[in-house]
Amino acid sequence: MGTNDLDARSYTDLLKGYIETRDERALYGAEQISKSFIKNNISPEEIVNMHIQALLEIYPELTDKIQPTMNFLLEAMMAYGLAHQEYQLLREKQLRIRSEIEVAAGMQSMLLQSEVPKMDELDIGVISVPANQMNGDYHHFVKGKDGTISIAIADIIGKGIPAALSMSMIKYAMDSFPENEMSTNTILASLNRVVERNVDPSMFITMFYAQYNPDTGKFYYSSAGHEPGFFYSDKTKSFKEFEAKGLVLGVNPDTTYMQSELDIEKGDMVILLTDGVTECRKGDVFIERDEVLEVIKTYMHLPAQDIVNHVYRYFEKIQNFQLRDDFTLIILKKVV
Amino acid sequence: MNLKIQIEDGNSKSIVRLSGEIDVYTAPKLKDALLPLTKRQGTILEVDLELVNYMDSTGLGVFVNALKLSKENRCNLILVNLQDTVLRLFQITGLHEIMDLNSTIRGVEE
Repeated sequence: MGTNDLDARSYTDLLKGYIETRDERALYGAEQISKSFIKNNISPEEIVNMHIQALLEIYPELTDKIQPTMNFLLEAMMAYGLAHQEYQLLREKQLRIRSEIEVAAGMQSMLLQSEVPKMDELDIGVISVPANQMNGDYHHFVKGKDGTISIAIADIIGKGIPAALSMSMIKYAMDSFPENEMSTNTILASLNRVVERNVDPSMFITMFYAQYNPDTGKFYYSSAGHEPGFFYSDKTKSFKEFEAKGLVLGVNPDTTYMQSELDIEKGDMVILLTDGVTECRKGDVFIERDEVLEVIKTYMHLPAQDIVNHVYRYFEKIQNFQLRDDFTLIILKKVV
Repeated sequence: MNLKIQIEDGNSKSIVRLSGEIDVYTAPKLKDALLPLTKRQGTILEVDLELVNYMDSTGLGVFVNALKLSKENRCNLILVNLQDTVLRLFQITGLHEIMDLNSTIRGVEE
């Protein structure tokens, strides 16, 4: 006997039991068997058919009158049966897509991994957490042979899979640049041309690109429409926003960028972030950039990695652990 | 939050009045309403953002898309009455330099 026949048998027994006793327990049985129907993919019209068979068995004498109405009901259930089948197919498809996205997300994070360079002068802390499966934020560190480190932080606008693909494109473009021979503004101009040629028209990328030379203590930077970061001067004990202007990548192929520079001294700190940090909300209230600084100040005596972890935990908590946007925060502390 | 889109469709000029929030959830709706209007050669497309109190980068993406299309089709896209928070987004991204923004159109006295 198949599950169908088993269900049909118990359906008849339950119905019989209920007719005889009018007992709640039999109704409870019907509820249970309904779950079993769903589990075994029994369609609505099959259930009506079961009911017809059960009636034939229980009330053979009523059949003449009831049978046509039941056949009518059977037909009326047909479309529901088809809808149920479709639902099953969609469910399977969705599971398959989800697992494919998981594989893609895993590949993405593997491809885009950027190891934080170790150096005596700089203490570097990084945290990057995606709001969905795929991270639209991107950061990249490269340590050159002469000790210069390059740092890119970017936000790909246009979320999800297209954004992720576009990010890989950027990474490979960056990897193909001759090491440290280019200034930060020429790098942005080159990337702009790559992005402009390749992305869909509503997609663009904001990026802050910086190079730090430990021998001279010089920090060079350019911005392509990226959320401004902050510079903390230990001498004046004050924070300043990076003044860097420039159009986002991917909108206009002829855009040029400016490079600015800064001397970094012991105790100074560079804070780079994406708008997922400044666009956090508490309920309906947005976080002001000042509040981000206040939180950073609370933890700034700690090592860089601990600062970024604490700041992330703070904002995760006030958003009830539901990030609205990808969150990336990088802190560089000059320690020597 | 929601986004309300009201379109005043004229021959040589269309006005799109938006109110609410433009974010990842409402941006597709804005895109569907706005992009067809950018394809009308030689027309002016004015988008009134006076009642938009929040926009995220996905919303900017829609305007970037609209800008590209309107250039291709020689349609004149103008954004007016931007609130400060929305204007700031255009300024950070440098888009204010290449887009026609008018945030003070409201008052006549100058």
